[in-house]
Amino acid sequence: MSLVLNKSMEHPATSSRAATPPPAAAWTLPGIGLLKGLAVTATNMIQSYYRKDRMTTVQYPEERATISPNFRNFPFLAYDGADAMAGLRCTACLICENECPPKCIYIVLDRDENGKSLKRPKVFDIDVSVCMNCGICAEVCPFDSIYMDGEYELSTTDRFEGLLFNKQRLARSTDYHAQLRPLEAAEVAARRKADEDKKLAAQAAKEAKAKADKAAKEQAAAQESELS
Amino acid sequence: MPELDEDQLLHVSLGPQHPSTHGVFRMNVLLDGETVVSLKPVFGYLHRNHEKIAEGITYLSSMPFTDRLDYICPLTNNWAYAQAVEKLAGIEVPERAEYIRVITAELTRLINHSAFVGFFLGDMGAWGSALMYAFREREKILDLFEDLTGARMMSNYMRFGGCRNDLPDGWAAKASVLVNEFPRFLDELENLVTGNEILIARTQNIGALPKEALINGGITGPMLRAAGVAYDIRKVEPYGIYDRFKFRIPLGTTGDCYDRLMIRLLELRESLAILRQALDQLPEGAYIHPKAKIRNFKPPVGEAYARIESPKGELGFYLISDGSAKPFRYRIRPPSFINLTLLEDMCLGLDLADVVLILGSIDIVLGEVDR
Repeated sequence: MSLVLNKSMEHPATSSRAATPPPAAAWTLPGIGLLKGLAVTATNMIQSYYRKDRMTTVQYPEERATISPNFRNFPFLAYDGADAMAGLRCTACLICENECPPKCIYIVLDRDENGKSLKRPKVFDIDVSVCMNCGICAEVCPFDSIYMDGEYELSTTDRFEGLLFNKQRLARSTDYHAQLRPLEAAEVAARRKADEDKKLAAQAAKEAKAKADKAAKEQAAAQESELS
Repeated sequence: MPELDEDQLLHVSLGPQHPSTHGVFRMNVLLDGETVVSLKPVFGYLHRNHEKIAEGITYLSSMPFTDRLDYICPLTNNWAYAQAVEKLAGIEVPERAEYIRVITAELTRLINHSAFVGFFLGDMGAWGSALMYAFREREKILDLFEDLTGARMMSNYMRFGGCRNDLPDGWAAKASVLVNEFPRFLDELENLVTGNEILIARTQNIGALPKEALINGGITGPMLRAAGVAYDIRKVEPYGIYDRFKFRIPLGTTGDCYDRLMIRLLELRESLAILRQALDQLPEGAYIHPKAKIRNFKPPVGEAYARIESPKGELGFYLISDGSAKPFRYRIRPPSFINLTLLEDMCLGLDLADVVLILGSIDIVLGEVDR
């Protein structure tokens, strides 16, 4: 066993200081290495006063650093049209709630008085003090409803209500999304439009088929009555 | 060893809140004058129950938690976990995704090793300069990561069967510029540290252990290679597409703290060589397997262990699946934790000041040690 092997070895504590002698390097003037290092430090200090790429401090909040278009922070809910609550794309399917790693999403499905699902959220809360900005909710959403925001100035003095975002607070228009991430939003819009067109085409085809079937049936019935 | 008078020994509790312990880590040290007589590491202050939490959530949901293991290099953690799940479910990875993974992993190695040099010098008392220079370069790489993954550190980027998104326009060109400029920083770093007489006096012949002890202790990564053992998973068990690149594995001779520092400096150059080849060969194509599932992912019943050479050593994920959407067992083999197990053996008989240095040379991240 390896443990036995371990014991049979010489204990390192007795030998580690004198395990190996220092390598016999060519003799150099003592202190040259130290001076070389100090030269690097001095060069860096002087350069930091005049080189543009070395002056990296951004004087926030007077100045803002440019933020990468891919940057993600907290999620938002997309809506179509003018009315935020009516146009929410969310269908309260609970996929994001299940996939959320820290479980910071809370959804209640809206139902009518008969208990039938209205396919929209009655409550949609995200506790951003728990959210860890991973973006999995946006990734798994099959209804193009949830996306990651780029807003970062969210500090508040109220750590309970102020950090619990409800659906009114989370709702953002699709225009906002298009402004924030033009590439992603354009892709989503194109796909949604294609889906819509497909749906319309399928519906039209279905209607046409139904019409044709009906006509054929009527014809058959007419023929039958003629024969009798 | 002569008999020690119990009354003459001094008990020092280093940590848990101590700048030299790289996080919340405690060492109970028994001193005879300045000499270490015994050292008992105490960890677990940062325990977050990661493995058990992972058994209660879906496979995909664990991915962002792996970022928080070794938070200096989240992308290699992502890769190891993605590889384990891919092995479990038998998912193939497209070529372009493999290249993206190699590029991000080697950039991560650049961050880790250059930051290591800074932290190590900080442990020695040269607090500031080297770390700030390393962080200046790290910032450039983190900007690249932000463009690619959306976050500087908590990337959550790899997916089972590829990566989450493709490289943004111009990203590869920006990375090439960075890779071409990086050697200048390495020259600067080497000028700063390698010839320094104080550094040599402090690090040579400190903390060396025989090869056999390191192998028996399960030590991996730069710690093991510094002692002259040619063991790098990228070479001995090539994963991904590492067998396509030409690179060398630097080896030390004595395994003391100086060797451990130099190994990392040399590995930085080899990482740059891999990055140059990968960026040159980067093919077009899909960044994720077209049949990779994001929702309703249920791997078949079975078990898998996948390991990669993370910047700190062998990082492995062991998964058991019972066919449901959640892993039955989820286990991590963290390099930092296992490299830490021989700390006492390395420190016995040395001075207290050397203990700090040896701990620094192991290159631990407490997020990974405690999990």
